[in-house]
Amino acid sequence: MSESPAAVSLVTAPPTDTPSRPVSAQRVQPLRRPGRWIATAVVLVLAAQFVHGLVTNPFYQWDRFGYWFLRPTILDGLLITLEVTAWSAVLGLLGGIVFALARLSGSPVLRAVSWTYVWALRSVPLIVVLLFLYNFSALYQTLSIGVPFGPAFVRFDESRLATDMAIAVVGLSLHESAYAAEVVRGGILSVDQGQHEAAAALGLPKGYQFRRIVFPQALRSITPNYVNQLINLIKSSSLVFYVSLLDLFGTAQSMGSTYPGDIVPLLLVVTVWYLILTSVVSVIQFYVERYYARGATRTLPPTPLQRLRAGLTDVRDRIRREAAV
Amino acid sequence: MTTGTLDRTAAAVEVHDVHKWYGAHRVLNGIDLTVRPGEVTVILGPSGSGKSTLLRVVNHLEKPEVGYVSLDGEPIGVRRNGDRLKELSERAILAQRSRIGFVFQNFNLFPHLTVLDNVAAAPVATGRLSRPEADALARDLLARVGLADKAAAYPRQLSGGQQQRVAIARALALRPGVILFDEPTSALDPELVGEVLAVIKDLATSGTTLLIVTHEIGFAREVADRVVFMDGGRIVEQGPPSEVLDHPRHERTRDFLSKVL
Repeated sequence: MSESPAAVSLVTAPPTDTPSRPVSAQRVQPLRRPGRWIATAVVLVLAAQFVHGLVTNPFYQWDRFGYWFLRPTILDGLLITLEVTAWSAVLGLLGGIVFALARLSGSPVLRAVSWTYVWALRSVPLIVVLLFLYNFSALYQTLSIGVPFGPAFVRFDESRLATDMAIAVVGLSLHESAYAAEVVRGGILSVDQGQHEAAAALGLPKGYQFRRIVFPQALRSITPNYVNQLINLIKSSSLVFYVSLLDLFGTAQSMGSTYPGDIVPLLLVVTVWYLILTSVVSVIQFYVERYYARGATRTLPPTPLQRLRAGLTDVRDRIRREAAV
Repeated sequence: MTTGTLDRTAAAVEVHDVHKWYGAHRVLNGIDLTVRPGEVTVILGPSGSGKSTLLRVVNHLEKPEVGYVSLDGEPIGVRRNGDRLKELSERAILAQRSRIGFVFQNFNLFPHLTVLDNVAAAPVATGRLSRPEADALARDLLARVGLADKAAAYPRQLSGGQQQRVAIARALALRPGVILFDEPTSALDPELVGEVLAVIKDLATSGTTLLIVTHEIGFAREVADRVVFMDGGRIVEQGPPSEVLDHPRHERTRDFLSKVL
């Protein structure tokens, strides 16, 4: 090797992978990050301590957790939670779409009514709404459809109509629709004005414009926001306990007063079930978002399985590269 | 084109004394224009002269405060009621719009639909064709604009020139009597302009009524039966390209042409 320490020559080619110069001589050393290693170690130790406490602390009574986790009474409560949440999620979203469209309409009255509704329902705590409805039958004994101040056409006996389940669903839906209205409105506003114009210029019927052109595009930004709401709703449904509906939380609560020693394992049962529900919703969210990303991105985001496979391939390539060096 | 489904009858467009304000600013100041069936009219003018607004008034995307546009003698967006003009219902206006094609500067394709669905949507939604008929028509039209192989793609996977050709196919799917082009090549990279102009030229020679707002003077000279020069919301002069482009009578036209040529 005829290396001279003189200035770099611009004429001679830069050193290449010749047998006389092993690749390793030119290998770029990645920057050392000791801080990162220390932080990782600290976090791992803390996490291990937490798990250790969770498993070994007799306070949690994992044997009692196992006893309660799949008890029929708990599963009945879980079913009530699912039922209330599902109804309220659907009715809340439909209500939200109606109020969002009213808010975006050309009529000042519709806009004002929608704004006032959202303002009022977002201001009042959900528990207050539920308790109001619970005492509703005392305030209004019959519900009737007719002309205000005029004759009524249809009458309902309110006490028969208002089951605990109906009160819970109506209360949660009212609350949910106020938030959903803003989520949907935001989604509709996020659709480019050119899309409205193109749909109008093609003479597409008004309903078709909304259902097939504007709303599907709005759903791309509605989905993550509404799922956020939905997860909130799953947890808020625990408040229906106060209108004497025994949901997951309510059941655990009442079992806890019968078996005072089991309160902590019962709360753990509730926690784990809520974690499971939220996880299922998050997985569904991923695929719904992926579906509505069609056309918005040139390639769809990879599924977790695809990502795992890509990650493994990456690791394999890195090992081969290291071996080559 | 061999398929009979692509036939359409060219319509006449008449603009009657149209005035349009944006707030206190008058964008259109008494426009009168007659376009014969099958005629290709290119509208030129500096930005802010009202040419895009005029085009949008023709299919009633913008409502003029005074005056109206008629298609084959039928007023668009309004009806005559004695000596007054009354606004039509939204449904009636939408029905009229489906006889007028519109091609936007920014394409405005529906990004969540495939290219085929973009083209086939309108004939199905307006109840003119069944789904299979619309799909067949869409494939014919895509072949005509040279994109038969892109039917399954999504718009964002295409180049700008390809997207604009899809937009033209989408406008043709309703077999409109007239097609309006609002600066169809202004959002394109220079090397993509030609492919779009070629498609428009093909339409021009096939006897469709076209109204084109553009800055492509050379293209105007080539395809236009008539050139309209606008400034300040008025038509300054109009005539065959050989007159307006080569021997403009007005100082304002000469000034404009000297800047863009």
